This record gives sequence, structure tokens and C-alpha cells, in this order.
Amino acid sequence: MEYEAVIGLEVHTELKTNSKVFCGCTTAFGGEPNTHVCPICLGLPGVLPVLNKRVVEFAIKIGLALNCKIAAFSKFDRKNYYYPDLPKNYQISQYDLPIAAGGYLPIEVNGETKSIGITRVHMEEDAGKLLHSGESISRSPYSLVDYNRTGVPLLEIVSEPDLRTPEEARAYLEKLKAILQYTDVSDCKMEEGSLRCDANVSIRPVGSDKFGTKTEIKNMNSFRALQRALEYEIQRQREVLESGGRIVQETRSWDEAKGITVSMRSKEQAHDYRYFPEPDLVPLVIEREWVEEIRRSLPELPDARKERLIRDYGLPPYDAGVITSSRDLADFFDRTVALHPDAKTVSNWVMGELLRLLNAGNLDITRSLIKPAGLAELLRLMDQGTISGKMAKVIFEEMFSTGKDPGTIVREQGLVQISDEGELAAVVDRVLAGNPGVVEDFRAGKERALGFLVGQVMKETKGKANPGLVNKLLKERLGSN
Amino acid sequence: MDLHYMTAHAIHKLLVAREVSAAEVAEAVLARLEAVEPVVRSFVTTTPELTRAAASRADEAIARGERITPLAGIPMALKDNMCTKGVRTTCSSRMLENFIPPYDATVVVRLAEQGSGLIGKLNMDEFAMGSSTENSRFFNTKNPWDLERVPGGSSGGAVAAVAAGQAVFALGSDTGGSIRQPASFCGVVGLKPTYGLVSRYGLVAFASSLDQIGPVTRDVTDCALVLNAIAGHDPMDSTSAGYQPPDYRECLVPDIKGLRIGIPREYFGQGLDPDVERVVREAIGLMEELGAVVDEVSLPHTEYALPAYYIVAPAEASSNLARYDGVGYGFRVEGATDVVSMYMKTRSEGFGQEVKRRIMLGTYALSSGYYDAYYLKALKVRTLIRGDFDQAFKKFDLLASPTSPTVSFKFGERADNPLAMYLSDLCTIPVNMAGIPAISIPCGFSQGLPVGLQLMGKPFGEETILRAAYAYEQATPWHRRRPSLEVQQ
Repeated sequence: MEYEAVIGLEVHTELKTNSKVFCGCTTAFGGEPNTHVCPICLGLPGVLPVLNKRVVEFAIKIGLALNCKIAAFSKFDRKNYYYPDLPKNYQISQYDLPIAAGGYLPIEVNGETKSIGITRVHMEEDAGKLLHSGESISRSPYSLVDYNRTGVPLLEIVSEPDLRTPEEARAYLEKLKAILQYTDVSDCKMEEGSLRCDANVSIRPVGSDKFGTKTEIKNMNSFRALQRALEYEIQRQREVLESGGRIVQETRSWDEAKGITVSMRSKEQAHDYRYFPEPDLVPLVIEREWVEEIRRSLPELPDARKERLIRDYGLPPYDAGVITSSRDLADFFDRTVALHPDAKTVSNWVMGELLRLLNAGNLDITRSLIKPAGLAELLRLMDQGTISGKMAKVIFEEMFSTGKDPGTIVREQGLVQISDEGELAAVVDRVLAGNPGVVEDFRAGKERALGFLVGQVMKETKGKANPGLVNKLLKERLGSN
Repeated sequence: MDLHYMTAHAIHKLLVAREVSAAEVAEAVLARLEAVEPVVRSFVTTTPELTRAAASRADEAIARGERITPLAGIPMALKDNMCTKGVRTTCSSRMLENFIPPYDATVVVRLAEQGSGLIGKLNMDEFAMGSSTENSRFFNTKNPWDLERVPGGSSGGAVAAVAAGQAVFALGSDTGGSIRQPASFCGVVGLKPTYGLVSRYGLVAFASSLDQIGPVTRDVTDCALVLNAIAGHDPMDSTSAGYQPPDYRECLVPDIKGLRIGIPREYFGQGLDPDVERVVREAIGLMEELGAVVDEVSLPHTEYALPAYYIVAPAEASSNLARYDGVGYGFRVEGATDVVSMYMKTRSEGFGQEVKRRIMLGTYALSSGYYDAYYLKALKVRTLIRGDFDQAFKKFDLLASPTSPTVSFKFGERADNPLAMYLSDLCTIPVNMAGIPAISIPCGFSQGLPVGLQLMGKPFGEETILRAAYAYEQATPWHRRRPSLEVQQ
């Protein structure tokens, strides 16, 4: 039987406000354990939360960017469960009246656009971090708690079960990440845990409109992990059904090393969170004017920007898509084009050399030592014929690793291209005189011999010869024109 | 008159006139505290050094010819559920027996700004759950009027200390009558302010939507002075009102001509001791003589207040008390084998019976499938109760009733019957459910024990309450009566 998957994602993202959601502590990542804490985020007896207004602003921003309806009346609720990283043993979250709901996010997979429903967006506080002395909490003689992260504001963004493949899930998460970055509400660093994702997965026979029994997958810490975990889980469910078994509703954890999902707890063991309205906070009444003010302040979002790159620069949709997948990358592109208006060339360099080196170094564009001015200058030197394309790539790598500007590198390494015909002609003549056999071969019709001769000239000039000029001079002398 | 039995405003006059020094006041009250503590047992912790330090600051200010605040140098005590930086705050629980807060509650900061000196932390029912202070995990506090009887609760230590001369005034907390009922049992003045008038920041939470801190004093004037010190918006408490409180001293005018007082029929029903009723009706009669216009009124949903309260308060408590798990601070059992057993053993041994009963009640009421039937319904009842009061206050400025249906009872009398114990809060609980203010003032005696008159007002109607209470007090001798504690001074 043919099966299709039904996938919904629950994404948690830490908001980059300066202070925590209910107290004045810094949200800065890292820091010595338990240094970014106060009585309030530690949940000491007697403390009370005070809502950080910026968090609401950021939540509204994301709600709008995801085409949601912003609630006029919203409130916080307590989600009660015991865990040592949760100092109050309840999390202040939102239950039945989230700040935003009923939106959608268009994604593109294999050239096709699909709209994914956004069920809700809500605000909550993050928990702390456990450091186990052993492998896990149950296998440790003791565990330590770092509360620095406790109370960092989180948004939970829940999608409708509209995703059908792991690729779609990945595209959704990548698009969501882009929007979170464009709106400047989150750093979205999966490795630091500022973007986290859980998935609900079920499968059903193609054509069925009923949902199968779902499992919830946790602990996927990268885009790749998300895709692999979903591929694994869909296959696992298919095998269970095909062998006559039944899917058990449960929570499963992705084991990155083993490449499998493992059962964590069954539905029967699921928590009863005993939600009730948070009595320490007053309900939120959201003024329409404020929402409109935030709407007006929204930056250009990825889809609009992609359209602009296609329309204004004639970039192929694929290139425009890659460049606008990250706001920082798109900003880099726009700034470079402002200095060097050949957009297609800029796009080739950004998508080619720049992304290659960034990916190889596992770096973010914001950490790149190459700045738009540097790339524009490099392209200008190439246009002027001062350097060859090949030299440009060498210089680019040097710029990437040292941050020097291309003019300096050219000067320091004497990389100026030899475009003086007289100077090159002498070298060409020397090469021809020294390789009579090869010249014979060429004249006998072996076209490839020319390549060897070009190579010899390059070698003599330490790669600095203008390749076009070398070709021209050789051909003139060999009389093949 | 003995210094330790004087009111704050009387002491203030003596200080300003330099007839007595703050140090003398401090020593007198400390001596009294020590002398009667072995029999009354109001205090969990005493802080004589803080009292003396505040006294010497007041004396220095007076010596420099500075104006001092009305509470400067006055020894006061706090119910042991208000956080005091560097001073153990136990909630009379094993769970927090050794907990030393790293911060001060807002009320503590405000009293410190007034120059009032902390003399100690007061015994209470564990986590403020109870009506007799018998639920303290440490010891029983005695009623200074009859040492075989309870002081009431949960602010039993606060009222006993004020009644016995161990502190000039105290702060209590009132979730379902925990200031007013003990105030009536011990013949002192106790005010539960409007929800949101006094900051809860630093008050160890029992039921967040009901808890309020309020003054326990020897007369209405002191009540106004203490309220002046602690009332007003606090940015640290989101539920604190934006209301700008007046100077409550200005309502201390003995004039209630034309004041409309409603007598809620339902508060004079089953369970009301006939002699308590007689005393309370006499008090209301006197107010009528003083010019008040008195009539009966009905608050039809009163009978549902108690059951609804025992859903809402335990539900919030079950969540508020979840943090006492042995992880970060407070009590932790030795010998747990894993995190779950640490939780279970710590909470089983760290909490007393009544606290565990309420945690279970609340957990049940919030459980999936029961929420609508219990918690949601209780919230609806709460709306109806508030509606009852809104209706009544269209016709009346104040409502008057007994504070408690009986006078103080003997130790153990109700300890084994939680329902009987819960019923002692019948007249006080609706006030918390509605969030309105109410005071209990001494209004006479029954069987030689104090009886309290409860005056309930509109939201932020503390001025009217204080004016009426003051007028009544000026016309009666009750607030000057002191228990005859037989102790060696």
C-alpha cells in the first residue's frame, strides 16, 4: 500500500530581548552557570513575574509576519509539571488564548509553492539546563542545574498538520527561521538551542482523509536531524503497519548517533499539565493601534525580497531564493550590488565562493571577514583586467581568511596580471622555442597541445599572465587563426 | 501606662515630645516579648538587634531635631510568610525551616523606609493554611485572653503578639480571613485591604488571587498609619493596582451620620453563636445611634462562597507550593535514590497534613476532565459573589457582620475536623473572593472572650471603613481592654 506522511511542527525560538520575560536578568548566552539569575527567575518563595513588553511586541511581529490574527485579549496560564530545570515546577505559558493564531506560511519545494497553516503562536518562559554527572538524569549519581536560561522568552509556533514530506518539513523550518531572522526577533542558533523543533508524525494510506495515530519526535538539533529523523520515523511507521502492527501514540526521541527514534513515554504516561490562568499576571489587552504600529515597522520579508531580486536584478528564482533565505546574506548581496551593479556576477560569487567557504568553516555570514566593499573591489579589479578570474579566487580565499582588502593582497603578493603584450610575447616565444615537439603536435592537429603551451606560459609567469592575451599570442604565432 | 501596651501614635507623641526615647520603647517591648513569650509563643524568630538599631536611628534623628515619620522607632513584627533579607522566613513549615531570603518583600522595604524596627517573625498556620495556628509545624501560639484557646489563624502569631504587648503592630496576610478572624479572637484591629492595594511581592504565595497583606494593630488610628506606609502601587507586582492611595489619617473623623450600613442576612444564619450575635447586633445598634442608617440586605450566593473558595485556593496553592521540591533551597530528605523519590520524600515529610490535604484537593480540581466542573465553576461562583456585593453597594456604603460566628475555641476542638475548622471562615471568605476590603474591630466580649465586628467596603473603600471603625471605636471602650496575662515582669 502507498502511504503518505502527515507532519506538523512545533517550533520553539528564544527571543533576543535584552532581558528575560518576567525579570530584569540578561538573556545573554553562556556566562558562568547561575550568574544570569535573580530571585524572580529562580522562583524563590514570594517572587512575582512582571511581563517584559518587548516580548509581546516580538510575538505580535512574528504573528503578523506569519499572517496570523492578533488577539485583542490574551492571557498567560500555568503549565504544571515537575522537572529539576524548572524552578517553580510550573512554566508560565499561554493555553487557550494565545497572542496570535490562524496564520499561514508559504513554502517552496521542488519549484512548487504550498501554503502551510499556522495554528498558533504563543509566549512562554524557557527552563534551565541540567548538567548530569552521568549519561542521563536516571543514570547520574547527581545532576547540577544552570538557571541562566530560565526565564529567557520563548515563542512557540505550532503548524497545522499540512506537511507531507521531510523535505517540506525542512523547507518550512528554514523559511520560519528566515522570517524570525528578518524580523530580528531571534538569532535562531540551533546549536545554542535558540531554535528548537518537535514534530508530530503519522502516516496514512494515500487518498485517506483520516489521520493515523501520531508520534511526537523530540531532540532534533539541526535541519539535517529533522529531515533524517522524519525519514526514519516515517519508514518505521510504515514497517510497523506493513507487518500488521499498530502505531502507539507516544513521544520518541531522535538519537542522532544511532540514526533512530527511541520511545520516551507513552500516552498513558503523558503529563496532565493542569493548566489554569496565571493569577500573578493580569490579562493582556492588545490595542489595535499598537498592532498597526508594529505592522508598519515590519521589514521586507523573504518572499517580497526574493521577488524584488528577480524583478530588479533579473536573478534566476533559484539564486534569489538562496540569497534571501537569510536576511544577513541578502543584506550582504544588496550592499555589494550597490557598489558593483553587476548583480548576476555578485550573485555567482556569493552563492559560489562565499557560501562554499562559509559552509566549509561552518560559519555564519555575520562572521565573514569579507565585507561587501571587499567583494565589490575584487570584482572591479577583475573587470579592469588587473587580475584574472583564477587569481580572484585565490585572493578571495586570502580575503576570507585574513580580512585584508584585495588591493593590499594584490600588492603584497605581486599578483597583478601581466597584460603587457610585449612582456608576454617574449615569454611566449621562449616557451615555443623550448618545446618544438609540442609545436609539431599542434600543427599536426592536436588541439590539446595548445593547453600545454598556455600552461607553460602561466608557469613561467607564476600564473600572472592574462590568459586571454596568452591564447591570442600563441595562436598568432602558431598561425592557427 | 505600660509602654509595651501603647499604640504607635501614642508612642510617637512621646518620642516627639522627648518624654521617652525610642531605645526605652524598644527595651520595654523586648522585655515584654521575653517575659510573655514562654506562655504565648507568638514568635518563630526574634530580631532584637534590628529593633534596637531602628530605635537608635530614630533617637539620633530626634536628637538632630529632624521630623520623624509616625512609625519611626516603633517595634513591629511580621507574619513569617513575608520575606526578610538575611532573616529566616519559615512559613512555619519544616520545608522552609532554614530558608533565609536574599531579598526583602516590598512591605518590608516600605516599613524600613518608615524607620520601623523589626522585632521578629511570627508563628502562623503552615503556609497560611488554617484558622487556629495549630497547623504550625513548630508549636501552638496561645490566645493571650485564655491560654487554653487558639489565637485564630492563620495570622495567629501576629494577633497574639499585638494583643500580648510583644509588638506594637504587626503585618498579617489574609487569604480567607487570616487577619480578621484571629484579630476578632484576640481583640485587636485587623484589616484586609482591597486586592491590589498592598504589594504581594515577597509574600510567600498561598493563593495568589486571594492573598493580601494587611495591618494588625491596637486601634484604628494605628491601622490607618500602617496602611499609609504599605499601600500603593508596586511595579514588582503586576496585580497591584495603579490606584493612588489617600492619606488614611484624614478619614479618622468620628462622624458617621447618614452612613448607610447593610446587614447581610446570610451572615446571621446557622452556626452563629447566639451570644456573639447579641454582641454584634448591639454594636450595630450603637452605630445606628451614632447616626448610621442601618437596613438588612441579601447576598444570595453567600452559601457557595466557602465551597468555591475550597476549589480556587487549593488549586492555586497546589501550583504555588510545587516549587518546594528539595532541589534549590529549603528542606530536602537524605537518602533519596533518584529525583522522583527525592521529590516524593521531601514533600511527604516537609509538608504537614493540612498543606498536603489542600495540595491534593487543588491538584484534583485542576486535573484534566475536572477543570470545567470544579475550577471553572468556582470562578463563575466568584463572579456571582462579586455581583452580590456590587448590588449591595448600590444601596449601602458599608456592610456589617460578625467577623467569626464564634469566639475563640479550645486547642484540639476542631483540629480533627477540617470541615468544622473551615466553617469558622464563613463570614470572611466571601470578602476575599470578591477582592473587597474589610476590617475586624473589637466590639465586646462573649464568655470573657473578644468578639469582632466586621465592616466590609467597596473596592478601594478603605477610607469609609476606617471612618466608620474609628467612629465606633471612639464611642466604645473595647480597644483599650488588655488581656490579664499573669506573668513575672
